[in-house]
Amino acid sequence: MSAATGLRTPATSPSTGVASRARRGGTWRAGRGVSLRVEGRTLGVCAGLVLALVAVVLVSLTTGDYPLGVGDVARTLAGHGTRAQEFIVVGLRLPRVVTGLLVGAALGIAGAVFQLVTRNPLGSPDVIGFTTGAVTGALVVLLVLGGTSSEAALGAVAGGFANAVLVYGLSSRGGVNGYRLILVGIGMTAALGAVNGYLLSRADLPAAQSAQVWITGSLNGRGWDQALPVGLGLAVLLPVLLAHGRSLTLLDLGDDAARALGVGVDRTRLTVLAAAVALTALAALAAGPVAFVALAAPQVARRLTGAVGSGLVAAGLTGALLLVVSDLAAQRLFAPVQLPVGVLTGAVGGLYLAYLLAGQWRRGRG
Amino acid sequence: MSPVPKPSRRSADPVAAGGNRLRGEGLTLAYDDRTITRGLDVEVPDGSFTVVVGPNACGKSTLLRALARMLKPREGRVLLDGRAIHSLPSKEVARRLGLLPQTATAPDGITVADLVARGRFPHQGLLRQWTPDDERAVDAALASTRVGDLAERSVDELSGGQRQRVWIAMALAQETPILLLDEPTTFLDIAHQIEVLDLCAQLHEEQGRTLVAVLHDLNHACRYATNLVVLKDGAIAAQGEPSRVVTAELVEHVFGLPCVVIDDPETGTPLVVPRARRRAPGALTGAAAAPPADRRGPRDAR
Repeated sequence: MSAATGLRTPATSPSTGVASRARRGGTWRAGRGVSLRVEGRTLGVCAGLVLALVAVVLVSLTTGDYPLGVGDVARTLAGHGTRAQEFIVVGLRLPRVVTGLLVGAALGIAGAVFQLVTRNPLGSPDVIGFTTGAVTGALVVLLVLGGTSSEAALGAVAGGFANAVLVYGLSSRGGVNGYRLILVGIGMTAALGAVNGYLLSRADLPAAQSAQVWITGSLNGRGWDQALPVGLGLAVLLPVLLAHGRSLTLLDLGDDAARALGVGVDRTRLTVLAAAVALTALAALAAGPVAFVALAAPQVARRLTGAVGSGLVAAGLTGALLLVVSDLAAQRLFAPVQLPVGVLTGAVGGLYLAYLLAGQWRRGRG
Repeated sequence: MSPVPKPSRRSADPVAAGGNRLRGEGLTLAYDDRTITRGLDVEVPDGSFTVVVGPNACGKSTLLRALARMLKPREGRVLLDGRAIHSLPSKEVARRLGLLPQTATAPDGITVADLVARGRFPHQGLLRQWTPDDERAVDAALASTRVGDLAERSVDELSGGQRQRVWIAMALAQETPILLLDEPTTFLDIAHQIEVLDLCAQLHEEQGRTLVAVLHDLNHACRYATNLVVLKDGAIAAQGEPSRVVTAELVEHVFGLPCVVIDDPETGTPLVVPRARRRAPGALTGAAAAPPADRRGPRDAR
């Protein structure tokens, strides 16, 4: 107990300005009605992430089997390139990197929402079983119904949603509890993993092979058709999530404490989870279930900004950067062999998951 | 199961009702299929420091949660300023009535000032995130709970007593005339229990807030309460000023504890002294041999 306890008389003049000095960040005012909280370090980190993204995008556009200068790329983007340059930049490289960016951002934001709602760094769509549900849906379409890979994407969305509803329903007895959501999700993941294994083992080899590529998550050959739905989804859902950001931040005080502050806890939770599931589904639709970006991005963003709270934008930017860098590495590391990006994020993310679990285990014992 | 008829909700107007700002009428409270209270009426006198006491699992915390709009009554209703609290928007309730729940958790790494500032949420909006009013309320809350010196510290590093004062500061920053506290002294050692209760008494006396607290310790309740609500098995066994309601018979009836009630030498309020088992080995075996009540069981207490 420090000397601050008990003995001092209460301050006579209450307005000492303590709060403004002690709190992170400042206030940006515009007119009488508007006063927004801004936080320097978070802004700085976001600006840094944007710069890094621009750099990675430039590298992605200029390097490869057919190297181009920055000037060539700029000219091509302005519509003055040669036919070949046009094909390579606008037809191949740009849609791929944009898809990666959008998918990464969607996964990062969805992961941040899941982790805030479950109040647990393990509460990502990967761990909760959304991803495995999506794989099951895709496999059923590919192997049982004999569908094409674009139909498989729809199957993935249906499977992911079905599993999300199932997990939510099973864990929401008497109010949703974050830990229960995770445990039920892990159970469903295991069960569906068995189903997926069974489906793959029954399929003939070529079909199983192409299915396996799809379920690893890949940006190979992605075009504007894949980028568009994710982009639209982000444009609609991100504002919805940001509008709920402050309520979302209060959820981590506990349900009763948040309710006592006037947060509509159940409505907020349902809205943001639905939006996050939709973002995850759209990401899976575009690139397959890319592993662990949703798990890692919010945690990395949080460590970078040091902020307590929702930090959705930082998580989205981090996710985008993670995925675009991973895809670049997947293309270039073993060239001419092109790895699916999911292999890379899976390998890196798996290690990260082990690290998180070990941390939780230590804390649980300590 | 039948909900309160609509017309009476509408017609209840604060002036005509004429009662206290916060009260419960015919409250039947239940979790799933477990009924906790049946048809309970309770008044929280304006400007009182009301303390709810009772044995474990008597429904104390449940009643408090219902009064705070956390739990929807199966029957009956809670009235805040004459209107059914469940018909009011949650932010509006949060501007009039604050609650410090038992289950509140501080996010990892949050600072004292940031946590206390969260209490301002019901007064803020999407475009009105921080005003001079917020600033003043947070400063005042930090000052009156004497945690201003800790403002920049992380809540994780604080001692239990300090942390509890920070949570109270958050509830104070909400600037509600009515403040409910669910077992604010649990987990604290005796000195910090008294410190927190002194703080509550000060808030009650100096700032004129209506306080409702659930407490485990009957003697603390007797010393600090201006109005005592004694619950047993989901019903009110006694209600009123401690010096009028607390008797040896009541304590034995409610808690099954043989005792004598004397005057507190410090305050003159009732002081409950349990009978020593050794002094009367034969006479009291039945009651005295009952297992000692486990004081700490927040989960059972619901």
